[in-house]
Amino acid sequence: MTAHTFIDGAPETGPAVTPIKPRHQTAHVEVAGQWTLIWHKFARNKLALASGIVIIVMALIGLFAEFLAPALPDASRPQFTNAPPQQLRFFVTNEDGTSSFQPHVTGYTMEVDQASLRRTYVADESVVVPVGFFVQGPAYKMWGFIPTDRHLLGPINASDTMYLLGTDRLGRDLLSRVIYGTRISMSIGLLGVIISLCLGVTLGSLAGFYGGIVDTLIARVIEVISSMPTIPLWLGLAAAIPLTWSPLTVYFVITLIVSLFGWTGLAREVRGRFYSLRGEDFVTAAKLDGSSERRVIFRHILPSLTSHILAVVTLALPTMIVAETALSFLGIGLKAPIVSWGVLLQEAQNVRTIANAPWQLVWPAGAVVITVLAYNFLGDGMRDAADPYES
Amino acid sequence: MPQYILKRVLYMIPTLFGLSLIAFMIIQLPPGDYVTSMIASMQDSGANVDPRQVERLREIYGFNDPIWLQYLKWIGGILTRGDFGYSFEWNRPVADLIWERMGSTLAISVAALLFVWAVALPIGIYSAVRRHSVGDYVFTFIGFIGLAVPNFILALALMYMSYRYFGQSVGGLFSPEYVDAPWSWGKFVDLLAHLWIPIIVIGTSGTAAMIRVIRANLSDELRKPYVITAKAKGLPEHKVVIKYPLRIALNPFVSAIGWVLPELVSGVTITAIVLNLPTAGPLLLRALISQDMYLAGSFILLMGVLTLVGMLISDLLLALLDPRIRFT
Amino acid sequence: MTKPDLGTEGETRDDVALSVENLSLDFKLRTEILHAARDVSFKLRRGKTLCLVGESGSGKSVTARALMRIIDSNGIIANGRILLDDPKGKIDIAQLDERSKDLLAIRGGRIGLIFQEPMSSLSPVHTIGSQIIEALRLHRNMSKAEARAETIELLRQVEIPNPDKMIDRYTFEFSGGMRQRAMIAMALSANPEILIADEPTTALDVTTQAEILDLIKRLQVSRGMAMLLITHDMGVVAEVADEVAVMHYGRIVEFGSVDDIFYEPKHDYTKRLLNSTVKLEQNRRSTKRDSEVGTGKVILSARNLSKLYGASTAWFGGSTHAIKAVDDVSFDLHAGENLGIVGESGSGKTTLGRMLLRIIEPTSGSVMFNGDNGPLDVTKLSKRQLRDYYSEVRLVFQDPFASLNPRMTVRDIVGDPLRVTKKIGGKALDDRVCELLSLVGLDPSTRERYPHAFSGGQRQRIGIARSLALDPKIIIADEATAALDVSIRSQVLDLLLDIQKRLGLSFVFISHDISVVRYFCDRVGVMHRGKLVEIGPTEEICTAPKQLYTQSLISAVPNPDPRNKRMLHRTRFKD
Repeated sequence: MTAHTFIDGAPETGPAVTPIKPRHQTAHVEVAGQWTLIWHKFARNKLALASGIVIIVMALIGLFAEFLAPALPDASRPQFTNAPPQQLRFFVTNEDGTSSFQPHVTGYTMEVDQASLRRTYVADESVVVPVGFFVQGPAYKMWGFIPTDRHLLGPINASDTMYLLGTDRLGRDLLSRVIYGTRISMSIGLLGVIISLCLGVTLGSLAGFYGGIVDTLIARVIEVISSMPTIPLWLGLAAAIPLTWSPLTVYFVITLIVSLFGWTGLAREVRGRFYSLRGEDFVTAAKLDGSSERRVIFRHILPSLTSHILAVVTLALPTMIVAETALSFLGIGLKAPIVSWGVLLQEAQNVRTIANAPWQLVWPAGAVVITVLAYNFLGDGMRDAADPYES
Repeated sequence: MPQYILKRVLYMIPTLFGLSLIAFMIIQLPPGDYVTSMIASMQDSGANVDPRQVERLREIYGFNDPIWLQYLKWIGGILTRGDFGYSFEWNRPVADLIWERMGSTLAISVAALLFVWAVALPIGIYSAVRRHSVGDYVFTFIGFIGLAVPNFILALALMYMSYRYFGQSVGGLFSPEYVDAPWSWGKFVDLLAHLWIPIIVIGTSGTAAMIRVIRANLSDELRKPYVITAKAKGLPEHKVVIKYPLRIALNPFVSAIGWVLPELVSGVTITAIVLNLPTAGPLLLRALISQDMYLAGSFILLMGVLTLVGMLISDLLLALLDPRIRFT
Repeated sequence: MTKPDLGTEGETRDDVALSVENLSLDFKLRTEILHAARDVSFKLRRGKTLCLVGESGSGKSVTARALMRIIDSNGIIANGRILLDDPKGKIDIAQLDERSKDLLAIRGGRIGLIFQEPMSSLSPVHTIGSQIIEALRLHRNMSKAEARAETIELLRQVEIPNPDKMIDRYTFEFSGGMRQRAMIAMALSANPEILIADEPTTALDVTTQAEILDLIKRLQVSRGMAMLLITHDMGVVAEVADEVAVMHYGRIVEFGSVDDIFYEPKHDYTKRLLNSTVKLEQNRRSTKRDSEVGTGKVILSARNLSKLYGASTAWFGGSTHAIKAVDDVSFDLHAGENLGIVGESGSGKTTLGRMLLRIIEPTSGSVMFNGDNGPLDVTKLSKRQLRDYYSEVRLVFQDPFASLNPRMTVRDIVGDPLRVTKKIGGKALDDRVCELLSLVGLDPSTRERYPHAFSGGQRQRIGIARSLALDPKIIIADEATAALDVSIRSQVLDLLLDIQKRLGLSFVFISHDISVVRYFCDRVGVMHRGKLVEIGPTEEICTAPKQLYTQSLISAVPNPDPRNKRMLHRTRFKD
């Protein structure tokens, strides 16, 4: 016979839990909209958060390039070709042995090897080049229309030189060039991705919403384009740019080329999500509520897509940056006087240059790698946070 | 199954057509034609150009035909005679020039693909099974770096390092003494000594991407109920992983040929230019810059075809691997 | 507090195949530790069935899985013993090493497991045969040929037709019921002493459920196995259990013989569970208006509705067999009436419901709506005219999670139809939303919240409020209570009945669950393979069905009364 037993007491109202971390925010979650929830989820990913900050810093560097760069990107000094980076120091030892605060770099002594005509530089501790913040330097126009000559950091005496990242074969300051390159490379990625976005979202949502022949056609175009190896195509298109075009025109055309093959991934993503959303119950419900097709798209489908699109866009950005860099590196992308990371890397094309002046590879390449890495981490974090409603 | 193959091959035709159109469009895109640039360079060197001769040249090359006729002639020649047109710069038929280069492109791409698979599979499985372990994080981090460093920068970095630390020049596929030598054991060893750098350079980002795919797929599969069924059956853990979910997680592995191959071919192109390898890349770049259009167009077309064939193979393999595809 | 002391007299120890003592399971989540099972104790006796009953989140499944040590990696056995009877003394499974040979021999060898999802619990890329053969060779030391012969024999025992052919088929070529049979064959392959069945029939249709339960029960009795059956369905419990343990939030709140639990429930939770179940066995409507069935004005009528799929000519040599999802269905809905449409999966009931709203366009036939403005042929309306129709006839969805836009506040969701159709906004809209929320029993002050702040039952109330916003005449409820737990389900049903009484609505109530339909509807139509096989007053259909199919369907429904088992004596329908 089975004994009949029971726990004497009222039924419990919830599962038994022991909190590990103190719970906060729970009171607000109920009235939190999608962006608040996405932000909470995103902020948990510290790596993505840090990457976001890196990207913002990069963008600011690009935005204030003229002010941040100690020199003009094209100012060359033939006496300092391929000069190695200098170290920024903060204290000078005075003649009486005491030290005092004075930011400075040390000078160079140069030796020329007569046989190979190769120059070698040695830091000369005795020459002190004082540097300071907000110094007057070469004149420039901020964003092309505010004339000024203030620079964040530079030699106090405008005729002195300071090469924190070294110089290139024409004796131009690499730090300034990398800073100006940041503006071009970051903006080309952004611009390219915006063009891709317009193409991708328009075509993707057309295909996803209307289906049928429109969809088949667009799907086939996407398939053809994405099955092409991109670099030969880029090469083909970029090589078609006439040499006579102005650097600015080339800049826009290169952006266009880069984005022309970047939109397929976006379009595919948008199309897929449109498809699945179109079948969602809440979209059917909206139709039954009497919403017009336009309202269904703009009020219900697109808001659900936005966060996903943002994530995909972020992940597409580095591809664009790498594409521009590669084309410029091969000499068929951007050309002087425009400065981009790719243009800088073009200088470092052969082993000899790299061996003599490795900084010409290290800094531009470092900028590319850090940016691409940061965009990838950021995009990953955004993708994971894009749907705050799945557990 | 035969029906599936037929269907898949027929499906390729419109894609191929689109591909040839794009290739031809690129040929036609630069303003002017080869004769224009020839005249320009002749005038530069001070030669006198006879306008009638120019006309005759245009006639011979068919530059005066309407665009669609030029396309039909070009594609017709390829399909019926294997005639890819004429390289003006080399003064030889394109077909003579491309095959060897395409062969080495294919060889390096396939070698890189094998590298991708060989490295990505064990790491991917490890990362999925031991998720959130130290090893997993290390591999994930290296993978991210692999994804983030563009091919040509990696090539430059490796070149610099091997120059700096081994004093070895790494350009090309052979040391100078072997370039024109007949095949021998020594030449083969020399080839291997040169091949590893391009393969690592080309394969790294693909490997990193593949590790992520395998990790994501396998960890998804590992959470499925049939894995619990297999465990409940009394299978030891390593068998549970290898026999069931891995089998399914292999699908993206195989279908990866479809998306990894275009990337690899792209990678070979640019890496070859940096490392000076005798593949299609450097020749393509040169042809593009000098507007040697039939040569350039043929390369672009063939590289596209290469990836399409890769996709076809991956789809067929997928069908073999997964009965669900085979039966529908 | 009475501790569930399960020590019993008058039984030899050999009877007990497995005993669980004070088992506690902890799961580490992101912000907290979930105590999924607390101090759980029970015994499994040879030849007997213990049912572990509870609603979702009660910890019944993890408890069962802990017996085989296959819980997720973030879970640990915090306390307790799992003693397996063995000739060499008792083995404590809780103490075994995760990778030890002993544990592997127990899994599948001495304890077999069947579980819920017949779709995903077998590997899709291996044949049925190879998966069973593998289990046999693991535990029974057989050659390949022997194992194959044995597998065919096992497939025959679980009543799979043509076992020698089916052994080489893949799972996706099997129906849900067939897969579950294959799964049973696999679980039984090593002759285990204990069988754990985790919701083995939840994903199946009632008639299939009856067959599978019947099969499991017969195999269990003939092999003398101890069985642990996990279910949320009190009907199933009454049909197969010998003993019952009721689980609630990780504790066994009541334990006893099936008769005790059903006839003398002691714990409040058990009573509540039984109350909401038994209630569904009655017809609340019939007690009130027995004679008025089907007398009001006809407000919606379907005539010869059909939907064909795949009829268009497929190129590339596809098959041109058209599937008739709905086949020539006609019925009338009277004002103030609840019409149930009942059928198993694939019977076409959902397609029918969606055709009434033209979310799916009918291939042929017509729908007439007889509103205040006279009769209207719905099948001939333009897109614009349809919008007016949509304010008269509303749909309540099955899935309370997918049917509410997670990115809109409750106010916007409920107010959306008012805004787009009635063009009202501001204070008027806000007032109406508050009124609607109170009507469905929700606090109007919660209207600024997002759906994720609400439970499944509350979300379904929000969906109902939305459907009521436009003062409709008819509500089509498509499996509106299927995703809810039993106790919530009966609350939502009562709410719907209450609203109907107040607003004078008519319902088309689509469901696979006959007891729900019986509780809710005046008349019932039974669908089978796209055809409406029988339609009539609910009590008549449920007690004296005329068609053989309906008889088999009704008799397959588990009866939540252990003294009056119905399913095992069911009418069988073969076609």
